[in-house]
Amino acid sequence: MAGSNPNAKPMNLTLKVWRQKNRISEGGIVDYKVKDISPDMSFLEMLDVLNEDLLRQGQEPVAFDHDCREGICGSCNLFINGRAHGPEQGTTTCQLHMRKFSDGDTITIEPWRAEAFPINKDLSVDRSAFDRIIQAGGYVSINTGGTPDANEIPIPKDIADRAFEAATCIGCGACVAACKNASAMLFVSAKVSQLALLPQGHVERKTRVENMVAQMDKEGFGACTNIGSCAAECPVGISLENIAILNQEFLSAKATSNNLA
Amino acid sequence: MSWISKTLTSSIGRKIVMATTGLFLCSFLVVHLLINLQLLRHDGGASFNFWAEFMGTNPVIRFMEIVLMLGFAVHIYQGLALALKNKKARGAQGYVVNHSEQNSQWSSRNMALLGTLLLIFLIVHLMNFWIRSRFDAFGGLAEVKVPNLDHPVGDLYSVAAASFKIPWYVALYALAQIALGYHLWHGFRSGFQTLGLKHPKYTPAIYYTGYVFSVVIAVLFALVPIVMFFGDQYQPRPATGQTVEQSLTEEPAVLR
Repeated sequence: MAGSNPNAKPMNLTLKVWRQKNRISEGGIVDYKVKDISPDMSFLEMLDVLNEDLLRQGQEPVAFDHDCREGICGSCNLFINGRAHGPEQGTTTCQLHMRKFSDGDTITIEPWRAEAFPINKDLSVDRSAFDRIIQAGGYVSINTGGTPDANEIPIPKDIADRAFEAATCIGCGACVAACKNASAMLFVSAKVSQLALLPQGHVERKTRVENMVAQMDKEGFGACTNIGSCAAECPVGISLENIAILNQEFLSAKATSNNLA
Repeated sequence: MSWISKTLTSSIGRKIVMATTGLFLCSFLVVHLLINLQLLRHDGGASFNFWAEFMGTNPVIRFMEIVLMLGFAVHIYQGLALALKNKKARGAQGYVVNHSEQNSQWSSRNMALLGTLLLIFLIVHLMNFWIRSRFDAFGGLAEVKVPNLDHPVGDLYSVAAASFKIPWYVALYALAQIALGYHLWHGFRSGFQTLGLKHPKYTPAIYYTGYVFSVVIAVLFALVPIVMFFGDQYQPRPATGQTVEQSLTEEPAVLR
């Protein structure tokens, strides 16, 4: 394998995996052993090895979400050893490598837990609540015409940078998973401030924040108490400053929007 | 009016209610502490009783007392209601393994617990001091003369001096201030964050001020009962209607 460390010794691990048949059935932790895991494998590749073993033994493989496996799609979402996306800072589960663990380790793997994220099966959860929040206002619906010339709309560099930082949110849901209150404030705040900072987003600025917050509450997410676990576990480093921006946006929209209902 | 109620019942609106009431209660703590520190002056309670009389009779203060009670009621109700809502949002099945201590502070995660402890303390505290000083039916106060006033005032000092000779009572007060300190440790900075006041320019100052505020407030509040417990000069006086000067020259006796 290119780039692999020839001195890295394969590891044997004990996995404690949450298994649950479907939404309504009761789940529980099941122990598995995996052998000869290369430290160069990603965490998801290690789970692939487990699933191949299970298939060979005629057992049901462990369901887990994954797609791009390069940290940009936000699909993989595992609660590993009591931390969202595992012990590494600033990584998604797919970017977590087995070299961060040691031979003989026991690893507990659980799905995101939140009332608004029901478990589909095993480690796979339904995060369509996030989609519905985006549908409530996380877009720009004005007709923007053809592709504008570069710099036609002047945006200061620092504003563009801040908007970009907020836009890096991949919607993985680690903020909700880590939050004691299962609050989606960091996710919603990233989406709101990203658009509120840019001129294209100003047209629907007030209705956007009102509708997205209303949808967030309707989905049954908890209320933020500024604990900060969300930002600490966020794989792309969305900061708490966005929540402060969301609070400002929400208050000023409520005080000045034309929506009297 | 429905947009107002919608705003105040949304998750962000409820946070804003918690933040504004919480920061208002912080300002009350400062006033309360300044008056408490009068207990430690070696004047037989003259200063403390003077200010206790002022707080009990000044019309502005009496009005603010109502605002304060509303602030407490809203903060307590909203805090408990939000804690229940948030517990429900977390779901029935918790994590088997959760190392939240690696991503957040203990005080931040336990505001509801700390708040409940403070509520219990508050009830005990009000039963002993506030109810007694406002309503004669709940004990009332002996009267004493203080130098700056021509009429006798309630001797709340003696209630404090007698109370803080009881070991378990002093321990309760001192321990409650630990809960208060941790509650403020998170609450002070959190209030500003909720109001949207977060910026690299002043947020470090808010954090620093909040940490200093919580420690100073808690330590000084705890110090008063501890000093009064160990200090022989802090004694309740018998209910005789003497002036402070008279009582200071005489042998103090335990109240009732």
